[in-house]
Amino acid sequence: SLNYVVFPPTEKERHLRANDRELNLSYKYADNAIKTSKYNIFTFLPLNLFEQFQRLANAYFLFLLCLQSIPEVSSLPWYTTVVPLVLVLSMTMAKDSSDDMNRHRCDKQVNNRKVEILIGGELQSEKWMDVQVGDIIKLENNQFVTVRMEVIKVSAEGDKVKGETNLKVKQALTVTGKLEDSIEKLANFNGEVRCEPPNNRLDKFTGTLTLNGETYSLDNERILLRGCTLRNTQWCFGLVVFGGPDTKLMQNCGRTTFKRTSIDRLMNVLVLNIFGFLMIMCLILAIGNGIWEYQEGSKFAAFLPKGVNAPFSAFLTFWSYVIILNTVVPISLYISVEIIRLGNSFYINWDRKMYYPKSDTPAEARTTTLNEELGQIKYIFSDKTGTLTQNIMTFNKCSINGKSYGELLDFSGQRVEINEKTEKVDFSWNNLADPKFCFHDNSLVEEVREGNPEVQAFFRLLALCHTVMPEEKKEGELYYQAQSPDEGALVTAARNFGFVFRSRTPERITVVEMGELVTYELLAVLDFNNVRKRMSVIVRSPEGKLTLYCKGADTIIFERLNPSCSNLTEVTTEHLNEFAGEGLRTLALAYKDIDPEYMEDWKLRHHEANTAMDEREEKLDALYEEIEKGLQLLGSTAVEDKLQDGVPQTIEQLSKADIKIWVLTGDKQETAENIGYSCNMLRDEMNEVFIVSANTAEEVRKELQTARRKMTPDGTEEPTVKKSRSGLFCLLKTETVADEPVNGEYAMVINGHSLAFALEKDMEMELLRTACMCQTVICCRVTPLQKAQVVELVKKYKQAVTLAVGDGANDVSMIKAAHIGVGISGQEGMQAVLSSDYSFAQFRYLQRLLLVHGRWSYLRMCKFLRYFFYKNFTFTFVHFWYGFFCGFSAQTVYDEWFITLYNLVYTALPVLSLSLLDQDVNDWWSFQYPQLYTPGQLNQYFSKRAFVYTVLHSGYSSLVLFFIPWAAMYDTVRDDGKEIVDYQSFALLAQTCLLIAVSIQLGLDTHYWTAVNQFFLWGSLSVYFAVIFTMYSNGMFLTLISSFPFIGTARNSLNQPNVWLTMLLTSILCVLPVVAYRFLRILLWPTINDKVRGRGSTHLSLVRQDKVLPPAPRRVQARRTSTRRSGYAFSHAQGYGDLVTSGKFLRRTPKSRPALFSQTDSPLAQTQPQSYRTISEWEEPPLSP
Amino acid sequence: MGKVKANAGPLARRPDNSAFKQQRLPAWSPMLTAQTVLPFFYGMATVCVLLGVWLLVTVQNTHELKVDYTHAGSCDKCFEKRKDRANANQSCNCTVVFNIENTFKGDVFFYYGLINFHQNLRQYMDSRDDGQMIGRNKNLKNPSSYCEPFMKDKNGLPIAPCGAVANSMFNDSFTLVYHSAASRQVVPLFRKGITWYTDKNVKFRNPQVENKTLTLAQVFEGTGQPLYWQKPVYDLDPWDRNNNGFINEDLIVWMREAAFPNFKKLYGVLNRAIEPFTEGLPAGNYSVDISYNFPVEYFQGRKEVVLSTVSWFGGQNNFLPIAYLVTGCLILLLAVILTAVWWKFAL
Repeated sequence: SLNYVVFPPTEKERHLRANDRELNLSYKYADNAIKTSKYNIFTFLPLNLFEQFQRLANAYFLFLLCLQSIPEVSSLPWYTTVVPLVLVLSMTMAKDSSDDMNRHRCDKQVNNRKVEILIGGELQSEKWMDVQVGDIIKLENNQFVTVRMEVIKVSAEGDKVKGETNLKVKQALTVTGKLEDSIEKLANFNGEVRCEPPNNRLDKFTGTLTLNGETYSLDNERILLRGCTLRNTQWCFGLVVFGGPDTKLMQNCGRTTFKRTSIDRLMNVLVLNIFGFLMIMCLILAIGNGIWEYQEGSKFAAFLPKGVNAPFSAFLTFWSYVIILNTVVPISLYISVEIIRLGNSFYINWDRKMYYPKSDTPAEARTTTLNEELGQIKYIFSDKTGTLTQNIMTFNKCSINGKSYGELLDFSGQRVEINEKTEKVDFSWNNLADPKFCFHDNSLVEEVREGNPEVQAFFRLLALCHTVMPEEKKEGELYYQAQSPDEGALVTAARNFGFVFRSRTPERITVVEMGELVTYELLAVLDFNNVRKRMSVIVRSPEGKLTLYCKGADTIIFERLNPSCSNLTEVTTEHLNEFAGEGLRTLALAYKDIDPEYMEDWKLRHHEANTAMDEREEKLDALYEEIEKGLQLLGSTAVEDKLQDGVPQTIEQLSKADIKIWVLTGDKQETAENIGYSCNMLRDEMNEVFIVSANTAEEVRKELQTARRKMTPDGTEEPTVKKSRSGLFCLLKTETVADEPVNGEYAMVINGHSLAFALEKDMEMELLRTACMCQTVICCRVTPLQKAQVVELVKKYKQAVTLAVGDGANDVSMIKAAHIGVGISGQEGMQAVLSSDYSFAQFRYLQRLLLVHGRWSYLRMCKFLRYFFYKNFTFTFVHFWYGFFCGFSAQTVYDEWFITLYNLVYTALPVLSLSLLDQDVNDWWSFQYPQLYTPGQLNQYFSKRAFVYTVLHSGYSSLVLFFIPWAAMYDTVRDDGKEIVDYQSFALLAQTCLLIAVSIQLGLDTHYWTAVNQFFLWGSLSVYFAVIFTMYSNGMFLTLISSFPFIGTARNSLNQPNVWLTMLLTSILCVLPVVAYRFLRILLWPTINDKVRGRGSTHLSLVRQDKVLPPAPRRVQARRTSTRRSGYAFSHAQGYGDLVTSGKFLRRTPKSRPALFSQTDSPLAQTQPQSYRTISEWEEPPLSP
Repeated sequence: MGKVKANAGPLARRPDNSAFKQQRLPAWSPMLTAQTVLPFFYGMATVCVLLGVWLLVTVQNTHELKVDYTHAGSCDKCFEKRKDRANANQSCNCTVVFNIENTFKGDVFFYYGLINFHQNLRQYMDSRDDGQMIGRNKNLKNPSSYCEPFMKDKNGLPIAPCGAVANSMFNDSFTLVYHSAASRQVVPLFRKGITWYTDKNVKFRNPQVENKTLTLAQVFEGTGQPLYWQKPVYDLDPWDRNNNGFINEDLIVWMREAAFPNFKKLYGVLNRAIEPFTEGLPAGNYSVDISYNFPVEYFQGRKEVVLSTVSWFGGQNNFLPIAYLVTGCLILLLAVILTAVWWKFAL
């Protein structure tokens, strides 16, 4: 599976005995000390060096160094390689050591935390690292769980373990629960545990506990995982089962696959090609040397006896040239790339516009090696809840007895846009009101306070019909714990409108109705499930009136209404349509008075059914069906699943940038569709929204094909697949499915069930083709694994860069599968963030991440690579040309020091400043024209083609840079008749020409001249002159004669006018053709960038005037849908009904009594994928950092 | 700016609002527009053409005369003689004659030129010891191993100066004679002042000894002369005792290796103190008496003498002036094309 890597088990079964350290130690289980660090002081140097030399580039330079130590071959002194190599090694070493130091610090901090261990009959405070498997430890409320342990006994009735927002119920075995918190009993506890070996599955645990000869089974319910926090319990005793590295948390933070960017891969391919090219150049020169030696060298032997024959000389020359020409792939390439990425990552961390003040969260680039890929995203896979939405529900509108509330109309009857400034309804008359609740329509409050019976019944229903748990820490300060935010929103609404749900016991619900305390007797909870799509309660009022209150999906409720409501139904339906059109989640409310006698009978039958041995579910369902009939409609509610700020605008921007957005959510189809509409991904003006929700493979295929044929009636049946080979040595076979043209806009909604079929091998192509033709794809009810599979599918057949964004643990798999994973650090916990590459607090920052940071990073990286290859190829080719003049003897053209410092000093900083600061257009224009993003998706700025152009360009430049100085200096002398064409002067001239030419080229490539660019460019040139004058000075020569033989060259040749005139000519010839070419290109084939840049500069004043982005036109909220669309959405799984009635949660009740009616999950409901984040447990491993 | 950041509080982690961190550094974004590019091109074209004309005029005012004497005139016999290595120790003198049509005004420089002599071979260039030549006593007796196989002579004595470069030093000598109507007059040449100042005064030094009274020959005692040399290093200039040893200017000139296989090296400068050479070399007939020692036939080389005057622009090299003229014209052409395109498409 994608999600979990299965580790080879070395341990077959774990066996341990409580309170028996000796026995447990004999198994040599890992203790609880954690070690994530890699080195210590002594192993650092050898280990780190060993690791570094495993990298191909470093090993290659080591090989070069060895070559250089052979005198016959050595064409360059040792320092030309050693200086860069040492610099690179030490920089990497510094980074590694600081990383490891951090790890050491973290380890130390974690290992030294205190925990109470039961040793020798008493609790002792010890360090975490001293905890052993088999120890009994005590944890208190809000403490982190140290180890993975089995729960022995928890205090009070309930114990919830919270993975950030997700509370999980963990219960001790009854037998161990009886131990209470008696230290004595615990100390004598000698149960033996046998269980599975350490693994990384968070949702499963199997084991047994043997106590006094009896065996009890242990499952996940009894296990606390490391990293959880204890909540809602005073204390908890546990037996340590796994320690330190064996815990599930540690097993899960196993190495994630190392992500590489496409530029990385391209670069590897290029570097390999360059090596091939290098070998060819060396071969040509070596052959040249062979011929030269044969024809001339032998005759020259009197002056230079060599004692080797021509072929051997050619062989040696080959290696000499390998050394000289190695600058085509300089070691500084890799280090520069890393620095650029690091710098661009820092910009992300520093960006104030991606900082979310409300939670004090800046954006964070957690991976610093993927930046430029951010500028190439083609597909975004987004989670819904917590990512697109805030996971906050607000009670927005309602329709009661045919009247709609919640909308503000002005005097002329026009709708008033509701925003933050709109006046809120004053709830101060209700001292139990929730101050955070806001509502804008005063008429509803007036109706309630005037005592409108329907309105009151409406809110009474909301106050009674739910499974919310109240918590009243202080008098009047109520907190509701709801299993779904929808319910919370509804109950809170009732509370503010004067029907305050105050407390509940399994039998009673206490409500403050308009200031009066009323206690209802709770007779039954007919809980919610996915098939019923409704929930009901039956209560007896203090007056003895029996009422059934029901809320649920409009379609379901309407079927069960009393025929007398037909008029009301019509009006309400209209309102429901309106609500649905606005993307609100609706519920219909109804009630029914029940005859007490009938109730008695029904209760009996219910009890019977409940205790029946077979077909219990069906019997219960039938009973529920029977009583939920003939309902009286009260009205409907509309709850807004609040989108995060700016989500629709962001999605619009991103789709303008030609990025396709797929929503993968665990939510139900209706909910997902609702959100699709409210964030503009689904639109009514779309030609069609295909809904794929079939139950068999064949039906799914048929639906997909029908959809595809509808989109392209004359398209081919077979997909156009382009097969190619890529990667190093072309070992990778890739298949790319071509995009197919579509007329019109389509969307597809597919549910998890169908997706499971569609993702099968034989149908995935069908799915991919159909899905990729749609503007919008929404997959609902998908499991985490399916999320990853969808991402993998697109990655595999589209060869496009994918990004996954999510906030919950169920998104981890897709975040890891995508090229780039983005975690939203919200309320959902840290799991997604921890496995993500980038994280920030709001979905809307995604557009800045991609359109600004990604685009710039990509642009900068490509500019850097193009320029870097240009300057090094030019540098190297000059050597190649000189080979033809020096008998192919591997003589360098430049001074050796220049060769050493060219990449490291003279050109390093200017090119870094270019690749860290350059912007073609500023962020404002990037947002104005999202189309600017597309060149990245098409790989336009750096590809094999661009590389070939670069090589040709440097070929031309090197010809100019060698032959112009050659011809200009040929046979000439200084102005005082003395030597100027000597080797040293020529070397100086050639290298200065080169440096000036590449510097001007850099200037041409720079679009954004900051002071830093200027400083580095001019600074580097001045440093160059300063260095040559220093190195060619008397002092340096006298100190180190053999290293600085160029004494006086700078003084003697740089005072010659013809030298400077030569430099001028080479610069003109190198640069002007480029300027002319670029100018022509802008003139004849302007790209979008050129146009925007043109506008940017000519309308500079205009830009300054309105720096603020004009508010994107908000889509008109009230869209009347032509087709009936149910807005029903309720993020409920199987409800809490049985828990509510069983009283397990109720801490105030001293002793729970068996519930009147308890009900188990229906098997039907269980077969549905359980992916509701609000309640389901298996997909939310309780992990916190 | 932006440093007023509280370490705690609700906005503790808010990034600094500095222009650098927010990527808002003030910057200049030049564009390639017609308004900038076209004037620039026309300007560059003008500059190049003007430069070209000026340089051409300058270069035309210099004179240069090359006389290939490899086997010209009576040097033919010497050329034949040098083919046989056995004759290496026999001297051979010859003369070539030539005519100067126009007076060489100003300073006149006398060069010898070698064609197809690769002073730029890597092994050749490495085969020297700068430490020895700067007069370090340690290196004098113990030259660098780079000098191999010209490090020690047959007797095992260290060679001074060692290495292939010094060993192959050009050893022809010339006497330039002016044949006026009246007489035959040797043209006086300065044989000193032909090297870079830094070479003569820093890079090349004779070995320093405590005892200042020692002669140069004594200083060099215990070293052997380069294999191909006819005289030891301390005896290179028989007429000027201060021009001997490592600071002999012919040696220094030779030791500055040429970048290309065809090169010329300064031999002497006309001494303009004596009539009739105060104005330069007068027109007329000249001959060069050559002591022909340097063999070139092995490597199919040629030898020449070059007489030349210089300008501020150096010797007579027409490449740069012509290159500037051609470049200027090309740029002008390009500028016209660009203007036309711009006229057609952008306006």
